[in-house]
Amino acid sequence: MSRVVLKLGNDISTDIIYPGRYMATVLPTETPQYAFADNKEFNKKLNNKEIPPGSIIVAGENFGCGSSREQAASTLKGHELVIIAKSFARIFLQNAINLGLKVIICPEIEADEGDEIEIIEGFVFNKTKNKKFQITPLPKTRQSIIDAGGLIAYTRKRLIEKT
Amino acid sequence: MGMTMVQKILARATGLKEVNVGDVLEPKVDVAMSHENAALVINQFYEIYKGTNLEPKVFDPEKIVIIFDHRVPAESSKTATNQKKIREFVRMQGIKNFHDINSIDGGICHQILPEYGYVRPGYVVVGTDSHTTTHGALGAFAFGIGATEMASIWALGVALNIEVPPTIKVVVNGKLPKYVLPKDIILHLIGKITAEGANFKVLEFHGDTIKNMNVSGRLVLCNMSVEAGATSGIVPVDEETLRYLKEEAGVKENINKLTPDPDAVYDSVVEIDASKLVPQIACPHSVDNVKPVNEVEGKKIDQIVIGSCTNGRLDDLEIAANILKGKKISKSVRMLVFPASWRIYKNALKKGYIGILVDAGAVIMNPGCGCCLGVHQGALGDGEVALSTTNRNFKGRMGNPNSEIYLCSPAVAAASAIKGEITDPRKI
Repeated sequence: MSRVVLKLGNDISTDIIYPGRYMATVLPTETPQYAFADNKEFNKKLNNKEIPPGSIIVAGENFGCGSSREQAASTLKGHELVIIAKSFARIFLQNAINLGLKVIICPEIEADEGDEIEIIEGFVFNKTKNKKFQITPLPKTRQSIIDAGGLIAYTRKRLIEKT
Repeated sequence: MGMTMVQKILARATGLKEVNVGDVLEPKVDVAMSHENAALVINQFYEIYKGTNLEPKVFDPEKIVIIFDHRVPAESSKTATNQKKIREFVRMQGIKNFHDINSIDGGICHQILPEYGYVRPGYVVVGTDSHTTTHGALGAFAFGIGATEMASIWALGVALNIEVPPTIKVVVNGKLPKYVLPKDIILHLIGKITAEGANFKVLEFHGDTIKNMNVSGRLVLCNMSVEAGATSGIVPVDEETLRYLKEEAGVKENINKLTPDPDAVYDSVVEIDASKLVPQIACPHSVDNVKPVNEVEGKKIDQIVIGSCTNGRLDDLEIAANILKGKKISKSVRMLVFPASWRIYKNALKKGYIGILVDAGAVIMNPGCGCCLGVHQGALGDGEVALSTTNRNFKGRMGNPNSEIYLCSPAVAAASAIKGEITDPRKI
């Protein structure tokens, strides 16, 4: 059981998730401090560890649009957040999968901040609203990267097979 | 069944006769481009080799291109250290295609790749930058990827798990009216299909307006295709593509005259009548919030920006210079100009454009991404408004979430500089 800690609208850009001025910071150990840096209140809560791992961000269509900056995925992964969105932008979705950030495509999702959410076989169950919403599964090919533990591990495996 | 541009490219890159939409492939990569974020790619690249007893060696140093542009010269010690680390890696791996901070072959990655002939029709081009879509203008399948995906490509030479995307055919016909530019076509298209209207799809551009457009304009269309969510933009190869590659990019080898099959199957068709277009403005805070100029005329502006991988080319500077010749910009605005490359800067100097812009009151900055991504060289103050020829107006994009960005063509930007407010260039 996890709670929705932030509800966002459509077209949330990577500039909102991880502002460009912090792009010189690249290490996954350092990027988490700048998650949603311009939303000072939420950023502070994250950095003060007031938000438990597994907490959920709910968003509308096209989450992660804009820049290819991988920091936008690593910053959220650093806080072990789960993103449930109606849809994702292509590069962000791939970056999330590559880094092992948990992303869930749920086109009909209805949830508000504070709602209790449970992920059950193919569905997002909003316990507070007593409603469940179907998850759009990721393509099988993406699943192979997730199963390997991310793209680094998957590539390593492929590299060893090759040689 | 007939194939689209991208289907044909992916068939070649995988050695297959035919590929279908939705097929999952591992295409060979012809060009793998990174800028300063190569620092992160390098980290991930070494990570891959950990515990393998294999020597970390890139698949083919000839196919890797590194170009510094996002923060040039370095705005912080952190960036400078990243750049130093990349220089060392480039030397160690024997990567010759390296464009450092200099006035000989420096500039924005999406200008340098076409300008130096790295991109050819039929190529698979990947870049750790979302605007890699730009290079479809030369008939390549070009798309943005993340740093870890690039590290994987450096190791393997192929892109893993690429799904053949569906293609939207965009047909643009009619003569563009005076002061209506390629930027207005793409802003209009994004407004029409929305910021996610082409998500996971390709935009393939057709029609007589495109045939009559030079490569510089086609680069604008493909550059901003990503703002509609597109994986890539692409233009079939024609005489203009060949002219550009031979005359401007110095390509001597045979060029693949790649066009889609006449019976290629498209996801949908979007038609635009260019002759009816007016200058377009993308209003805060999303690129699909597009309005005709008359709806926002008179809006006061604090900073005007001409430049970027979208509109920092020679013809963009030319149109700005033509509008501002003998005029002064308003005292209420500051105007920043970022040529897209040093070659463009030097050509603009020779042609007198730089002199005209300087006399009008513009500040000429060194070629690079400049203030577009909000790192340095022109941040906005609280409550300030920018009018810019760049490609994104997201909240906080230029370094301040309490500011606003309007996007426009170089003609609108130059005309607006005179009064310090959004101005229709057709009225001056």
